[in-house]
Amino acid sequence: MNHDGMSVIVRTVTRFVYGLILVFGFYVIMHGHLTPGGGFQGGAVVASAFALLLVAFGAAGVKGRLNKHLLQSLEEIGALAFLGLGFAGIGTAFFYNLLANSGTAFFGIGVPAGPNAGILNAGGVVPLMNWAVGLKVMTGIASIVIVMLIGARKEETE
Amino acid sequence: MRKAALLVAFLFVSAFLLLAATSTRPFGIPNDSAMDDYFIANAQGEVAVNNVVTAVVFDYRGFDTLGEATVLFAAVVGVLALFRKLREDER
Repeated sequence: MNHDGMSVIVRTVTRFVYGLILVFGFYVIMHGHLTPGGGFQGGAVVASAFALLLVAFGAAGVKGRLNKHLLQSLEEIGALAFLGLGFAGIGTAFFYNLLANSGTAFFGIGVPAGPNAGILNAGGVVPLMNWAVGLKVMTGIASIVIVMLIGARKEETE
Repeated sequence: MRKAALLVAFLFVSAFLLLAATSTRPFGIPNDSAMDDYFIANAQGEVAVNNVVTAVVFDYRGFDTLGEATVLFAAVVGVLALFRKLREDER
């Protein structure tokens, strides 16, 4: 094992907690239109899982697993998807929600007024935008953390 | 000549701003929560979303969220530019 990261205790706890943080982050993104949270918050949670992995195992320990260029490409894809969803409703207005209440099975189901249990398959482009922004935030912050950690390591060794 | 043009432009913009400032609504009006009530009453019907905050962020004020995403993009690009590999002639 490399000696780049932290102690055995931290690495073991990270192995247990890492998946749970990922699941919680994706849950926050997925239920952004029902519960508090959304793309920004859930993306930050997922990015914190990446940051934990980097801190616990070090830059060398995750080098083969987190691809910096893939993360940056995914960030651009998220940004372009968000912009594209904004332009999708340009027939009426910029950022017009053309899928909401359209009756289609793809996020087009209406929601009854007042308190309800929450319908996941509703909201039109809002859940899709949550996913786009979540992808953008998680990959953006992860690439920031990776680049800064690798840069700091280089400074130390030089 | 150039100073005169600048003065005219300055006076024009100042007059425009003063006109805009005097023709706004009086302070505190509308004081009731008309916009909040609209969001709370119509978010479920119009956007089909239970979370009114998300309805505002991603539907009613989607353009604002685009700006936020742009801020994040600028931050990422700035950090990547700061930590990039320097070429030999840049050292």
